[in-house]
Amino acid sequence: MRFVDEFRKPELISKAAEEIRRLAGTDRHYRMMEVCGGHTHAIYRFGLKDILPENIELIHGPGCPVCVLPMGRIDDGLSIAKDPNVIFAAFGDMMRVPGTLGSPLEHKARGMDVRIVYSPSDALKLARLNPDRHVLFFAIGFETTAPSTALTILRAKAEGIHNFTVFCNHVTIIPAIRAILDSPDMRLDAFIGPGHVSTVIGCRPYEWIAKDAGKPIAVSGFEPLDMLQSIVMLLHQLKNGEAKVENQYKRVVPWEGNRAALKAMGEVFQLRPYFEWRGLGFISQSALRLRDSYAEFDAEQRFEVPGIRVTDPRAAQCGEVLKGVLKPHQCKLFGRECTPEHPVGALMVSSEGSCAAYFNYEHRKTALTQLSVA
Amino acid sequence: MCLAIPGKIVELMSSGDQESAMVEVVGVRRKIDVGLLSEDRPVPGDWVLIHVGFAMSKISEADAADQMRTLRMLGEVEGAMQEVQGYGLDSDRDDAPAEYTAPPITKAIQ
Repeated sequence: MRFVDEFRKPELISKAAEEIRRLAGTDRHYRMMEVCGGHTHAIYRFGLKDILPENIELIHGPGCPVCVLPMGRIDDGLSIAKDPNVIFAAFGDMMRVPGTLGSPLEHKARGMDVRIVYSPSDALKLARLNPDRHVLFFAIGFETTAPSTALTILRAKAEGIHNFTVFCNHVTIIPAIRAILDSPDMRLDAFIGPGHVSTVIGCRPYEWIAKDAGKPIAVSGFEPLDMLQSIVMLLHQLKNGEAKVENQYKRVVPWEGNRAALKAMGEVFQLRPYFEWRGLGFISQSALRLRDSYAEFDAEQRFEVPGIRVTDPRAAQCGEVLKGVLKPHQCKLFGRECTPEHPVGALMVSSEGSCAAYFNYEHRKTALTQLSVA
Repeated sequence: MCLAIPGKIVELMSSGDQESAMVEVVGVRRKIDVGLLSEDRPVPGDWVLIHVGFAMSKISEADAADQMRTLRMLGEVEGAMQEVQGYGLDSDRDDAPAEYTAPPITKAIQ
């Protein structure tokens, strides 16, 4: 069977699935949240829900930095780039995200100078190559990406570049998890911890989830076997009444994180007192801004931004899907007004958005179920 | 995308403060920044995980192959290769243009 080749160690996958079934039993319902968009994508792509027993529910967390950014911030970035001297540079994932007056790509079609970059270094390179223009880099991402933006700003300062600013929308994962745990809507038993954010922050920042909130957390890799092994770890903990941080992704994630990355972030960024997240509202100390010592690279210091709060279209239920209160298909617009071709909200655009993942994969019979793990 | 791309360091290029390296990802060579690995510098032959043009961590060759397989299973290889090819911008390269041989999508890391 062709699919057996695709999945490494299919016998281990079957074994893990079996152990999950055995541990989960039938007497209680387990609610586990995977935080990171990459895991959401993997769950749908691999059809993991189909091989998990019915009493294990996977709930999607807010780990999609494009999805959680309120529309007003996109508007703000684009308003700076209205000046024809400004080049608007952003990652590909940002290009189709709707702003009030259209996405960056739609602005490009109307004459704005919008460029895709695949690295913050390349946004800086654009500034070097275009000394008469100003390059605005729309920075987005969790702690996986923030160190690279920080290092780029350090390089810009060292080189004495004056035509480069960053519109900083970096957010931090821990306050989001805290907000979810504090939310009265959510009842969760355990967490599947983000993989690549953890290569930067390490596992220590999750310790309060176990100690204070009493919830097990397993930092997980992205292969089907990784995620199933993480679920096994969580079930063991839950059955033993334990709550601790486990690192399933040891081969990539160091417990202490990446010191050089943390140092660069600490040098360039400080925490904003609060920041608005789609679906979660205002969360304190959950986002980064440039320190005053790097003000010349801070777009919000060098330019006026409207700073207008823009709510999502009334019918769209992006916030509830982001919090995990609604599944993607439960949103009234899902699959009708809102599809990947004409997205109403960012969750349908971003490769890490749960709506896009659900739309693209859920209806397909997946390779994993064809492995007959049942 | 939160996923990282595995690549092999083929050459270190440091000029002054710049900490860059030439990396090879399934036959495509691009310059990336290794400044985030300053406390554990990679050498040619090492495998790293790359995210937005920066090396994030060192990994084993076996794990690099696994990561590539995972990207393929997730349907992310095309996106990953597009990202890698996009490093350095298409226009005006200040490093020697890489020799690009289009690998078949199903080819794993050798």
